[in-house]
Amino acid sequence: MTTRTTILSLPVEEYVHPGNRACTGCGLGIAYRIGLKALGPDTIVIVPPSCLTVLQGLFPVATTKLPSLNTTFACTAAAATGVLEALKAQGKDHVNVVAWAGDGGTADIGIQSLSGASERGDDFLFMCYDNEGYMNTGVQRSGTTPQGAITSNTPFKGKLQQKKDVAAIMTAHGIDYVATASAAYPLDLHDKVKKAISLKGVKYIHIHTPCPPGWGFDARYTVRVGELAVKTGYWDLYEVEKGVFRLTGASAKTLKAGTRKPVEEYLKSQVRFRVMSPEQAADVQARVDAKWSTYSGGAG
Amino acid sequence: MHVIETGNTAAALAVKLAGAQVVAAYPITPQTPLTEKLSEYIEAGEMDARYVPVESEHSALGVCIAASSAGARAFTATSANGLLYMHEQVHWAAGARLPLVMCVANRAVGAPWNIWNDHQDSISQRDTGWIQMYCCDHQQIIDDTLKAFRVAEATSIPVMVCYDGYLLSHTYMPFAIPDEDQVAEFLPPFRPSYALDPGSPANLNTVTLPEVRLDVNGELAHGYMEIRYLLQEDLRNAVQVVEETDAAYQAIFGRGGAPLVEPYRCDDAEYVVVGMGSITYQLRDVIETLRAEGHRIGVLGVRLYRPFPDAAVAAAVRGARGVFVMEKALSYGYEGALCSDLKSALYDHLGELGTAPSVKGLVAGIGGREIRTADLADALRSGLAGSVPDPNWIGIQL
Amino acid sequence: MGPRGYRYKTSHSQPGPGDGGATGSWRVQRPVIDLARCTPAKRGKEACFACWLYCPDVVVSRTIPPQIDYEYCKGCGICAEECPTGAIEMVDESAAHEHED
Ligand SMILES: Cc1ncc(C[n+]2csc(CCOP(=O)(O)OP(=O)(O)O)c2C)c(N)n1
Ligand code: SF4
Ligand code: SF4
Ligand code: SF4
Repeated sequence: MTTRTTILSLPVEEYVHPGNRACTGCGLGIAYRIGLKALGPDTIVIVPPSCLTVLQGLFPVATTKLPSLNTTFACTAAAATGVLEALKAQGKDHVNVVAWAGDGGTADIGIQSLSGASERGDDFLFMCYDNEGYMNTGVQRSGTTPQGAITSNTPFKGKLQQKKDVAAIMTAHGIDYVATASAAYPLDLHDKVKKAISLKGVKYIHIHTPCPPGWGFDARYTVRVGELAVKTGYWDLYEVEKGVFRLTGASAKTLKAGTRKPVEEYLKSQVRFRVMSPEQAADVQARVDAKWSTYSGGAG
Repeated sequence: MHVIETGNTAAALAVKLAGAQVVAAYPITPQTPLTEKLSEYIEAGEMDARYVPVESEHSALGVCIAASSAGARAFTATSANGLLYMHEQVHWAAGARLPLVMCVANRAVGAPWNIWNDHQDSISQRDTGWIQMYCCDHQQIIDDTLKAFRVAEATSIPVMVCYDGYLLSHTYMPFAIPDEDQVAEFLPPFRPSYALDPGSPANLNTVTLPEVRLDVNGELAHGYMEIRYLLQEDLRNAVQVVEETDAAYQAIFGRGGAPLVEPYRCDDAEYVVVGMGSITYQLRDVIETLRAEGHRIGVLGVRLYRPFPDAAVAAAVRGARGVFVMEKALSYGYEGALCSDLKSALYDHLGELGTAPSVKGLVAGIGGREIRTADLADALRSGLAGSVPDPNWIGIQL
Repeated sequence: MGPRGYRYKTSHSQPGPGDGGATGSWRVQRPVIDLARCTPAKRGKEACFACWLYCPDVVVSRTIPPQIDYEYCKGCGICAEECPTGAIEMVDESAAHEHED
């Protein structure tokens, strides 16, 4: 990171009103609030149906202090393009256009429009907050639900398939900036958003946002669970800037210090993994190890 | 200026003249040449607009919805399955009260695949809350598309300009191109009622409750039902806006005068054939033949389908003994939608009419099946003699 | 603009607090800051503010000392969990009310 924001240098201005309808301890609440601080007042937000729709408020009250446009589920990125092109057509080029979609709205139903906009190189930021399921409709599996997780429609065996790696898919589009982040590391998230909006084309940030009711943990542990995901190497903080991969923040530190914790600690922190067998857990550990074996020093 | 060009080009010229600022489109036959033309105008610098080559029709309308929400005059065009793929967005655009214009080069819908003309695509969107105009020739395509922008912006309701695929979209016909300065007089630059703006933040189209609710100023705001009622109310009132817009157009360009329904030899008619699109002009020849045989028959083209100009339709067939509705689409499982709409208009206006004519539905040209003038004449002859053919699909070979 | 004006014909929401009502009523426990252990309060200058940083509900002020808006605080306990000095205690609402009475 070129600039490192600290708690004390984090913008004080808030763009989210209190008293919204997100659940107690919602990880998205942290990520959204911090992300908007990085975006600042000259921003238009695009939101598909999701938990964020609920957080954003029910007519006629808006929780977000920025103009925001609700769209249909599949067209978030296309809507961002539309706003962007309208601004350009009117000679307004100082406004940040940012889409905020859930993982289902990004990885599943919205991936076609996101891919299209990325290929066209439309100039906006796409934020995917990943609570690893269709939470708004009651915690069903999504393409980004991890293997082994119990959801409302993988009720007994847990999800059988792997989590879709959306950041890798976005990297394959050859866009200038792809990053992962976590609600548990707001400052790292803040700086990635800042960097993203300084670049051209579609920028993509995929944020791990722990969800107390959906994942099954006490609301007070939202940040703890997010941290555990990172400290065990289960969820990594990185950025790919113009093709160059770099671990950031806590992930970079973990690599440097060699302090990666066993994945089991993360899996044990949530009720949704309760049916995972020791073999399945070992398999997850093996895959995390294999992934980490590809990471090399040089991270800063 | 007069040119001999295709219907798609007529539409493209209108969009250029209208100064659309954002165009998003996805290829589908027979609409494609229209938006190709626009990309040409824009790349050549003849038109100052943003062209977005989207990856699907759902996104095409998605881009337009968002662009309009952010204050730009936006346009798209499609046909058949492209329109159906947009369906969710078609509803959305109307519910959000966005003054978009979309041309539909009418084409049959799959399955099975068929690229030729009928009206099933746009008719199946009739309940979405859009204004729908149907054109009968190239002149109407260019004129209606221009009027559509003004009507949309006056009502905050999107407008669909429908014209027959191939029969109009691809045929070369002469038409007049409106003068640029006069267009500027007719259609001033777009002034959105609200545009997304960090200076006055608002959250658009979020979850809206069944019940009314207090806003942040402590005033009672509408619920979903009120918002939807106002769409219906404004759509019904849009009949008048379409008439006024046509009158304004006529005053400047000297063309128009029949924006709701276009009667041909209906004044003394005992029988009226009702249809939409190019078939109504083809029917004029048939009517002449039948008149020569001694039948007092006329033809009525319905030009505005939604909002349905029920009063104008009822008035146009007043005094007739019988009506034949000639349609290129069906509400499958019952009858043609226009036929049902017309019957309901007659019922509603029975008081003024005194007595209602008999109404018989006929279906023609499904999936581009050739509509032979002789077959139309035969079908109407048997109708005039007391019974329309059974089945009532003209030209069917079972 | 009357109730038939454009804004009223659309779902056009304006920003304001408390869309979900006084969400403080959701609380089972309330976070209470012990100023004797809170770093900025003790030092009398800007420091820490972890509670402000992590609060998902925007109800902790970035002030000396930090203050919690109980009208909207949902009582998640994240601030208590993340406070590096253990200055925030989650107190049962029933007990907190008795205190107030
Ligand atoms: C076309 C369409 N299909 C389905 C839905 C129902 N739906 C609304 S929100 C939602 C889940 C959203 O999941 P995600 O994007 O992961 O966000 P989350 O709710 O988890 O925050 C679904 C399936 C819809 N609104 N539109
Ligand atoms: S379900 Fe999860 S993501 Fe959705 S509002 Fe609740 S805590 Fe947040
Ligand atoms: S986290 Fe704890 S020590 Fe830090 S400011 Fe908040 S109450 Fe004080
Ligand atoms: S973190 Fe949770 S408990 Fe603490 S102030 Fe915020 S809402 Fe209240």
